[in-house]
Amino acid sequence: MTAAAAAVPPAADPAALRRALARAGRRRQWRAFALTLPLLLFLLLTFLVPIAALLKRAVENPEVARALPRTVVVLADWNHADVPRPEAFAAIVADLGALADSADAGALARRLNTEKPGARSLIMGTYRALPLEGTSKSTPPAQIRDKLLALDARWGETAYWDAIAKNGSRWTPDYLLTAVDLRRDAQGAIERVDPEQRVFGGILLRTFAISALVTLCCLVLGYPLAYWLSTLPPRRANVLMIVVLVPFWTSILVRVAAWIVLLQSEGLVNHALESLHLIDQPLALLFNRTGVVISMTHILLPFMILPLYSVMTGVPPSFLRAAVSLGSRPLAAFLRVYVPQTYAGVGAGALLVFILSIGYYVTPALLGGPSDQMLSYYIAQYTNVDVNWGMACALGALLLAATLVLYAIYRRVTKTELSLG
Amino acid sequence: MRKSSCLVVALAALTCLPALAQKQITVVNFGGANANAQKKAFYEPYEKTGTKVVAVEYNGEQAKIKVMVDSRNVTWDAVEVESPDVARGCDEGLFEKLDWGRIGNKADFLPAAVTDCGIGIFVWSTVMAWDGDKLKAGPRSWADFWDTKKFPGKRGLRKGARYNLEFALMADGVKPADVYKVLATKEGADRAFKKLGELKSSIQWWEAGAQPPQFLVAGDVVMTTVFNGRIDAANREGKHLQIGWIGGIYDLDYWVIPKGDPNKDAALKFIAWASTADAQAEYAKNIAYGPTNKHALAKLDAKTLSNLPTSPANAKDALQMNLKFWADQGEDLEKRFASWATN
Repeated sequence: MTAAAAAVPPAADPAALRRALARAGRRRQWRAFALTLPLLLFLLLTFLVPIAALLKRAVENPEVARALPRTVVVLADWNHADVPRPEAFAAIVADLGALADSADAGALARRLNTEKPGARSLIMGTYRALPLEGTSKSTPPAQIRDKLLALDARWGETAYWDAIAKNGSRWTPDYLLTAVDLRRDAQGAIERVDPEQRVFGGILLRTFAISALVTLCCLVLGYPLAYWLSTLPPRRANVLMIVVLVPFWTSILVRVAAWIVLLQSEGLVNHALESLHLIDQPLALLFNRTGVVISMTHILLPFMILPLYSVMTGVPPSFLRAAVSLGSRPLAAFLRVYVPQTYAGVGAGALLVFILSIGYYVTPALLGGPSDQMLSYYIAQYTNVDVNWGMACALGALLLAATLVLYAIYRRVTKTELSLG
Repeated sequence: MRKSSCLVVALAALTCLPALAQKQITVVNFGGANANAQKKAFYEPYEKTGTKVVAVEYNGEQAKIKVMVDSRNVTWDAVEVESPDVARGCDEGLFEKLDWGRIGNKADFLPAAVTDCGIGIFVWSTVMAWDGDKLKAGPRSWADFWDTKKFPGKRGLRKGARYNLEFALMADGVKPADVYKVLATKEGADRAFKKLGELKSSIQWWEAGAQPPQFLVAGDVVMTTVFNGRIDAANREGKHLQIGWIGGIYDLDYWVIPKGDPNKDAALKFIAWASTADAQAEYAKNIAYGPTNKHALAKLDAKTLSNLPTSPANAKDALQMNLKFWADQGEDLEKRFASWATN
């Protein structure tokens, strides 16, 4: 700063002064930028790049184009109704025979099998049988076709050829369509999938329903507590705040395991209720929706209480007193004067809890049944078990889109940025 | 997805570390009672030969192996995998091809135990079980298992389509030999899901192998499907759980070596050692899973044999898991199961 001050010319030249000021301002901006650079780089590498990679993988479709280039060309003018012409058979034999590594055939088989169940064994069986006995480069295509059909009659079914023709391009909307229960038919028209394969729409709705219920439970439990905390003297409020935060610092797995112990049919909760003669049969609290909602509410409660508390401490108590002294009944004063002033906290807390809820995985997986699993469970399933990362990324993209839409709605409805106090 | 990206980063960071000492191998298993038996029968005796064995548990996630192989940083040496993953991973180049010349004579092993990339470790079976203390006369068939009038109470089933569809068809009167033929048709799959639907309100699902014995002991379910070795492990702790072998589905677990493993040689040596008749017999004594080395049977007493899924009496009415069927239809049927569970 001293250097900039020393460089200031006599006040007689306003243009030079402006330039010097601008230069000093720029320098300050660069310094601020340099200070945030590590964080920006960190965010870029750990947040934006993985999300971009995720979105890319959701539409990537390299397997068929890479493994079967000749076949894709021959199938370009195929009418999808009859068995393709013999050249297609010759091309697929040539393509499969030219694969450098069985891993390429494996990747191709996996991709086609998601399109048409059975393609895996068809492709791998054919790949292992190559080269076809008694054929050479000069064998006429018709003869290769007959040999291939003799090897596996399924090559005569158009469904398998459809799967190849449809995936000839390097990019595909298929994973994203499947994530919303749609598919492309052989002609490329978009249609709904068969009823027994319709699954993600229901799961998305269920994810929203569970999240909404958890948010509501958190609000109902958290609002009175936050109000009470905000009316206490700071010292006592701090002590109680630590009580709220202690479970927040405990590992999620530990808390979930504790709920299993509490809620099981021989568990503490059921024993207590039975010994009080409130129930005769143990209640089913575990491996169903009840257990999931109880445990998620417990885990997410601090995310509701903290923004509520920070907004409530900023509401002057004199407003409420003024309303009562002007003749309002206490409850009406509370609802019409106090509550509206805490809307920002309610909105922030609810949004935070809801968005955290829709990505929940561990709690429903451990405490819920198959009809309580949320979208993340299926993402994990596709990532870890099926190793179908295209599908996992498409579901991830769906979750991301849902989150962004929710945030946009929140901004539209409340006309404010998210405030966390 | 984000989790696996983190894994990539973590693995990349690990490349900076120098190669670990050679006299050590990392063996990966499924944990629980099975891991304890492997520790006693395989790891501890093998360590006496001078190689330290580091045991790691996983839940069969093939994604972990794929990330290691793709990033060329393989830190697992001998990995236990389930049968569908052996074929799939071998096709897709995740595993090394085994050098059978260094393992032993193929004819010494069960035919199903011999594959290009994997060698069978043991034979296990998914069977029905109940608590003998609570239920004197247990179910005698899958039809009984489905009969909620005769046996009121909840049933434990493994979450997912595999095995449950087969059991449902057998409960519906399909002969074990015909199960996969029927299930391969659209009508057969419809029939299986319909039959499963009859039981839906009485099902308590389990995921980890340790859960069903706990369910039985806690009285949460009256009967359950279960991996037979888990029942054996619980009974060793003084429980009286009973197994019904009729219509059980048996399958093998395999050793594989992830492709590009720098410690491949040591891994193969361990696998060869663990596949000897002596080691296999010792394993079967620790948990009731059948040895894949045929010579191991001669080293076992009658009582141990009677608990194995491979003994003639137990295998008589059992069904072998059809690998090809599930490799082809698995993803479709699992998705349909998810849809069925939702509605």
